[in-house]
Amino acid sequence: MSAPVPLTHITRARNGRPAKRRAQFTVNGEPVDVLFAPHKTLLEVLREDLNLTGTKHGCELGECGACAVLVDGEPVLACLVLGLDAEGRDVTTVEGMADGPALHPIQEAFAQYGAAQCGYCTPSFMLTAQVLLEKNPSPSRDEIREALSSSICRCTGYVKIYEAVELAAARMRGEEADILEEAIYGR
Amino acid sequence: MNAFEWVNATTVDEAIGQLGAASLLKAGGVDVLDRLKEGLDAPPRLVNIRTVKGLDRIEGDAATGLRIGPLVTLAALDVHPVVRKSFVALADAAGHAATPQIRNMATAGGNLLQRPRCWYFRSRDFHCLKKGGDTCFSQHGENQYHAIFGNEICAIVHPSALGTALVALGGSVELASSRGKRIVLAEQFFLPPAAALERENGLAEDELLTAIVVPPLGASARSAYTKVGEKESFDWPIAEVAAVVERSGANVSRASIVLGAAAPVPHRATAAEKLLAGKPLTRETARAAARAAIEGATPLSENRYKVTLFENVVRRTLLDAGGVR
Ligand SMILES: Cc1cc2nc3c(=O)[nH]c(=O)nc-3n(C[C@H](O)[C@H](O)[C@H](O)COP(=O)(O)OP(=O)(O)OC[C@H]3O[C@@H](n4cnc5c(N)ncnc54)[C@H](O)[C@@H]3O)c2cc1C
Ligand code: FES
Ligand code: FES
Repeated sequence: MSAPVPLTHITRARNGRPAKRRAQFTVNGEPVDVLFAPHKTLLEVLREDLNLTGTKHGCELGECGACAVLVDGEPVLACLVLGLDAEGRDVTTVEGMADGPALHPIQEAFAQYGAAQCGYCTPSFMLTAQVLLEKNPSPSRDEIREALSSSICRCTGYVKIYEAVELAAARMRGEEADILEEAIYGR
Repeated sequence: MNAFEWVNATTVDEAIGQLGAASLLKAGGVDVLDRLKEGLDAPPRLVNIRTVKGLDRIEGDAATGLRIGPLVTLAALDVHPVVRKSFVALADAAGHAATPQIRNMATAGGNLLQRPRCWYFRSRDFHCLKKGGDTCFSQHGENQYHAIFGNEICAIVHPSALGTALVALGGSVELASSRGKRIVLAEQFFLPPAAALERENGLAEDELLTAIVVPPLGASARSAYTKVGEKESFDWPIAEVAAVVERSGANVSRASIVLGAAAPVPHRATAAEKLLAGKPLTRETARAAARAAIEGATPLSENRYKVTLFENVVRRTLLDAGGVR
């Protein structure tokens, strides 16, 4: 019953070492064509083979969110995706958020609010927030908390992150919004 | 991670043709990557089935029941209008697992077939019973998250939220191999340690899970699911319950109550179900059923708290399914 798999689909391991495989996909809108060992995660391919180090290595087990990227527009954890699984798909990393020198409104709001301290978690929060705001331009605080619940931040205590997303959302809706002074100086 | 060959299967037959001792299937990869990184599995070949066409659909409705492709993600199940409206326990089980990002990756089939999260099993430093050793380290070790029922041999809890809901809903899995197809009731598919120590279900090495089948609920039946974890996000449950309450007039004609994170398989609370049958669902009968549900529990040194927790979660889930406020 079972049809043989075309050999082009198979990488043969030689002497215990995997033959490198070629994968073609897009990263931040640009086509890439990379050669790497089949066991490399998308996180490793992005950082080591494509020099895109904005995506961070954290727990490596799906338990921190630091490695989040968008695959076909949805946030996923690059530490649990194999690089070969990106074949033919569209990958977006934090490097793809800015438009040339112009920061994305989310990036601007994070900077203004001090929503990044050590910054390790920041790419994942910003990318996830971007997807949230594309789907829901006026999210409630609870909707923001739920959408961003895949990432852990050890520094900020989250409040400034939520406020930054709310500020960016208001600006992206075209409102003249400015930063809450008391959020910066404490309340 | 070991070096492996990589195969993209594009059809069910191609996937089946690749099955065998040398291959490990990968759907969403959430569980598989974790196991590869820990060295629990070191397959010569990884077969990617995410590329198989047509396995990511949800078909059917409240009247016909559902046929769910194994590649449907937990995120998709959570928001599917029919699942949300008519199979609430399934939608909530999917929607409360892990985190939004993991739910975007994790597939329904992979969720049912994921390996247990017992930290002794997951650690390469412990050669436990499940891995062919001669000791279940949880019996006298760190067992605060382990089973309170059926834990005599091995005290893992079944890790699948969908499994808990599927058993409560009377669902089945469709398994295909070169020998043909078979449909197995979820309740019989999951196997306790006494029946299969080194695996958790009846999937044969040459079989592919090709569908999850959920029968229609009666017109007067409603389902519910509750999860309690230590954190709202990221965590596996320390207790979860899926329940179906079907009424005939004012009384419960049939109740289905299944506890997850309680035993090595989704654990049916038979005594509680019997107690409710023929009675109205009230705060009092729900409390009595909840007490019946935890009778016979055999907690370990660190997990006695789960018994009380389950009593409360069963009661709340029953009231929720029955619409009693
Ligand atoms: C931080 C974290 C928290 C989590 N919390 C929860 C939780 O609260 N509740 C919960 O239920 N889960 C939880 N999970 C587990 C997660 O939901 C599962 O790992 C995931 O659903 C597995 O699906 P997958 O598609 O990634 O499977 P994969 O990793 O691709 O596969 C899992 C297993 O199933 C086999 N397999 C997959 N599909 C098929 C098929 N069609 N036929 C035959 N074999 C197949 C694979 O060979 C493998 O052995 C959590 C995971 C993480 C990392
Ligand atoms: S590094 Fe991927 S989730 Fe922590
Ligand atoms: S800013 Fe340091 S972890 Fe979030």
